[in-house]
Amino acid sequence: MTETIAHPPESAGPGNKPVPPAESSRGPVTWLPTLVETLAAIVIALVLGALLVALSDPDTVETLPYLFSYPADFFSAAFDAVWSSYSALVQGSVGSWNRISTTLERSAPLICAGLGVSLAFRAGLFNIGAQGQMAVGFLVAGFIGFTYDLPPGLHTLVALAGGILGGALWGGIAGFLKARTGAHEVITTIMLNYLAVSILLYALGKEAFQREGSDNRQSPPVADSATFGSVADTHLGVLLAFAAAVGVWWLLERSTIGFEMRAVGANPEASRTAGMNVAKVFTLAMVVAGALAGLAGTMQVLGDQASISPTLAGTIGFDAITVALLGRATPLGTVLAGLLFGALSVGGVAMQASAGTPKELAAVLQALIVLFVAAPALVRGLTRQRATGGGSTVMAKGWGG
Amino acid sequence: MSTAMAEQADTDTVQVRDRADKARQVKLVSLYALVALMLLFFALSIDDGNVRYLLSSGTEPGEVDGKPLTWAAFAVVVGALVLAVLNRVPKGGAGVAIHLLVGLAFFLGFMFWVYSDQAGGNSIIMQNPLPGTIRLATPLVLGALAGVLCERAGVINIAIEGQMLMGAFFASVASSLAYSAEMGLVGGILAGVAMGALLAVFAIRYLVNQVVLGVVLIALATALTSFFLSQIPNDPEIKGYLNEPLVLPRIDIPVLSEIPVIGQALFSQSILVYLTYLSVVLVTWLLFQTKWGLRVRSVGEHPKAADTVGIKVNRVRWQAVLLGGVLAGLAGSYFTIGSTGAFDNGASAGNGFIALAAVIMGRWHPVFASLSALFFGLMWTLQSQLQFLDKIPGELLRASPYLATIVAVAGFVGRVRPPAADGEPYVKS
Repeated sequence: MTETIAHPPESAGPGNKPVPPAESSRGPVTWLPTLVETLAAIVIALVLGALLVALSDPDTVETLPYLFSYPADFFSAAFDAVWSSYSALVQGSVGSWNRISTTLERSAPLICAGLGVSLAFRAGLFNIGAQGQMAVGFLVAGFIGFTYDLPPGLHTLVALAGGILGGALWGGIAGFLKARTGAHEVITTIMLNYLAVSILLYALGKEAFQREGSDNRQSPPVADSATFGSVADTHLGVLLAFAAAVGVWWLLERSTIGFEMRAVGANPEASRTAGMNVAKVFTLAMVVAGALAGLAGTMQVLGDQASISPTLAGTIGFDAITVALLGRATPLGTVLAGLLFGALSVGGVAMQASAGTPKELAAVLQALIVLFVAAPALVRGLTRQRATGGGSTVMAKGWGG
Repeated sequence: MSTAMAEQADTDTVQVRDRADKARQVKLVSLYALVALMLLFFALSIDDGNVRYLLSSGTEPGEVDGKPLTWAAFAVVVGALVLAVLNRVPKGGAGVAIHLLVGLAFFLGFMFWVYSDQAGGNSIIMQNPLPGTIRLATPLVLGALAGVLCERAGVINIAIEGQMLMGAFFASVASSLAYSAEMGLVGGILAGVAMGALLAVFAIRYLVNQVVLGVVLIALATALTSFFLSQIPNDPEIKGYLNEPLVLPRIDIPVLSEIPVIGQALFSQSILVYLTYLSVVLVTWLLFQTKWGLRVRSVGEHPKAADTVGIKVNRVRWQAVLLGGVLAGLAGSYFTIGSTGAFDNGASAGNGFIALAAVIMGRWHPVFASLSALFFGLMWTLQSQLQFLDKIPGELLRASPYLATIVAVAGFVGRVRPPAADGEPYVKS
């Protein structure tokens, strides 16, 4: 089982930019315990998942009635079921370069949107709106991508910029309303998600967005000149995701506005007293968060050349929240969590295909992992680790008012 | 200009007004002026005001000329506008009555405008929006009450959506297994309480960040319900035992259900709706009239002080979260045994998030949160009723509940103050 744990972080491996050391100021000594806790949480989640696999396997269930007379039967059947499921999960997500590339492409939007949620968290804002910001992002990027005729490269840049600006605008509305009127960002971002869906449906009903010869509400794919281009079957949007992580790290840890964001997130009143413009920080944080979600939205249309449809975003915007939380709202953590979630969801499909275990199990595993990561006290209790201080990040703890 | 006039009116009675008070008046005047202008537009643009309406099913549709009524609504709002300009809108109950009157006048004028001037003989009949409102608001009210109860005790509950999903699934399973719709309610409640217990264990015992916890619980509930659903075999014989629930029957309350206009809407519903009415009263009474409620509010505002006077902080929080679980589980059962029957993935369809928004819009007060939930129910009902008329584009109609919420929250609710210790675990030192 240790294999399963070791793999996902490794998939950051060859061919990618180095991931920034987010916690450089704290050094490896204080960072390590949280890593151990995270791994322990993953192990516990996998054990619980194994229980579910065993109990959903018909061969194993057959052995249950005589569990006490022939326990060996039960354990071998359960072991077979769990082993085949989990090895299919690992094989399907990181088993070959082809699978790794799929995992990377699946992770890229999760990482970008997760970075957006993380950044907002650090400024004390709970951004549930990644879903809507993504939708606006891919709507704009897609429209530019399939409507205009521009030289390759330039076309990609314009579409990319459009997508990012669209997301930034959508996020900025929530930030602006929070700053000006105090409207709670949880309400406004939820409502903006629904509004984005309305806009999406409205646009897809128009002729300019309609794919020729299709009755469904879907757009044509973007022109080839607007795609990211790919190296070794992996589109270069993946690199953008890692670059965005470096950018967010720099913004949060090295820039003045990032310092202000963290200060406002830690204590808005004290920051105001210290002379910071809290309203500006809220607005800017949401603009940047929205821009990152918009970038996530461009991945599918400019990377995979997928056509825009109401279900294109899937649940990425909501998964981004869990990714950000699993990554403890740090850029490095978000990247690793995004890779893990990408691997789990790609592997989940393979698991269903080859081992017959429902792919929903991957989603259960994702939720359990985050649950246990979020509860270090429980994990320490279960694994009898010594209690250690540190490792906590300032995040939105309450409604903030 | 309006402020200047108001100042003039105030010069003879010496009255000190601060800026916030003036800002409030400006806001009210501009709102009323906007409503008056829209009503004027409605009244002027109606050519043929004849509207057929149906207030309760089973009766003959009536017919009314909407034009003079729209003018009457306009007159009412102009009256209120004058009061607002003169700063003579009374405070307290009478003031609320005036706001409600303006709201009602706008609603009527809007409805007459939408339904008037229909081309062709087969005109669409104006339906009573109340029954739909009550139906759609039921899970929202219950969910919002669950949220209010938890958060008043200082435990943030974002996981209403997750509790609803589990409640919906297990209500369906329990109802199918026991072959009884009422047993379904028990199943839903148990699932809601189980999710509540999970919330309480991690939030109170293991001190997990409660915002994180809520999101994770939603993810867990979504994943688990779809995992369980995929485990139910498609074999119709087995499926019949697990996911083919009986739906709660409609119960007519004698006498009350005969009241014209509102009777059928309010008192010819399933038992779940009656439980919802009861819950609003019960939660309000519990929170504000009982010793237990005082304790709940005190551990949500200042747990340390509560502890000092001998209140067991975490025990009270556990009780509040579990009771919230009962309500959220009931809310969830609406989506299966209260409406469509069998459970499907994502049955709660984001209602939990809307309930969460209602909690914040209602400022953590059970009655106001319920009213916010009713507002959503009304908007959804209108949206489905008006979609066949061509006065308003469908996309705008679809977006209107959410747009209205943003305007309401940004314009009128503004900064809200949550319970002071909301989201802070209490560790006895």
